[in-house]
Amino acid sequence: MSHNIYIYLAVMAGVTYLIRVLPITLIRKQIQNQFLKSFLYYVPYVTLAVMTFPAIMDATQSPAAGALALIIGMLAAWFGASLFQVSVSCCVIVFLLELFLCH
Amino acid sequence: MGTNQRSVWIEGMRDGIPIGLGYLAVSFSLGITARNAGLNAFQGFLASILNNASAGEYAAFTLIAADAPYLEMALITLIANARYLLMSCALSQRFAPDTPFFHRLLIGYDITDELFGITIARPGYLNPCYTYGAIIVAAPCWAVGTALGIMAGNLLPLRVVSALSVALYGMFLAIIIPPARKSRIIAMLVVISFAASYCAARLPVISSLSGGSRTIILTIAISVAAALLFPIKPEKEDTGNVA
Repeated sequence: MSHNIYIYLAVMAGVTYLIRVLPITLIRKQIQNQFLKSFLYYVPYVTLAVMTFPAIMDATQSPAAGALALIIGMLAAWFGASLFQVSVSCCVIVFLLELFLCH
Repeated sequence: MGTNQRSVWIEGMRDGIPIGLGYLAVSFSLGITARNAGLNAFQGFLASILNNASAGEYAAFTLIAADAPYLEMALITLIANARYLLMSCALSQRFAPDTPFFHRLLIGYDITDELFGITIARPGYLNPCYTYGAIIVAAPCWAVGTALGIMAGNLLPLRVVSALSVALYGMFLAIIIPPARKSRIIAMLVVISFAASYCAARLPVISSLSGGSRTIILTIAISVAAALLFPIKPEKEDTGNVA
């Protein structure tokens, strides 16, 4: 590994803090540019969706369990389960399915 | 500190408890990712206490595992945490004009989906004491959970680790699916993002890029297209949806 882990952590922490602190300290008015506003509005949904699939199928021992966790998690969230409940449902379904699939 | 402010602190700490418990569970799973990337418990604790970010840290750990360049680390952190930029914009509108400047610097430390959510949900001007109360309970849970995940991830049976490793994705789904139910455009974007991400991970050439690079390219391409095709109407703009 050629990169220093503490420099990685410093880069992460620096960028994350700037993202959070710059708008709150600099912006005193609403952003007016419609394109920028729309872009910023869509970014979180797109980036989280991109990171979730297909990665969820590689996270588990069996890809089928990951796929089922995705479906169950989507259903639970769709029907109004809290963040905590959705997370736990995904874990439980993987655990149960892998009892049968993996030995 | 007056009695009134003290009771606001306590109120914030009370509301921070369920958030902290959720953080413990999810950050435990994040710790497993951190361990796979080669971080020790102290480094994981440090990463979480400094970042307070699920998706951002997860993305960063996968880059550390891939030994990616620092610039790529900065870019992916920016992309994965871009939603905090929006929340910070929203919070900037909620400070009373006479609030001392240092409060903005401190509140900025821990703008997360959950803490933003409870802060913005209170009527009127933002009271920093309330948010501090919640932060002081929730932030250590996030950091300790990460460290525990790194330490105990070794001790737990493989099938338990496998099950816990989807907790983070569950959290992502809990953030993106409820707004997708309300907005057909967001629902469509989620489906398109899943499909594009799947193709990018499997197709030749683009699948040889790192996961972080693919996330950046797809996020920018899809979000720019969405912003051009479906610009949000001024009255519909509501950053609170994200929380």
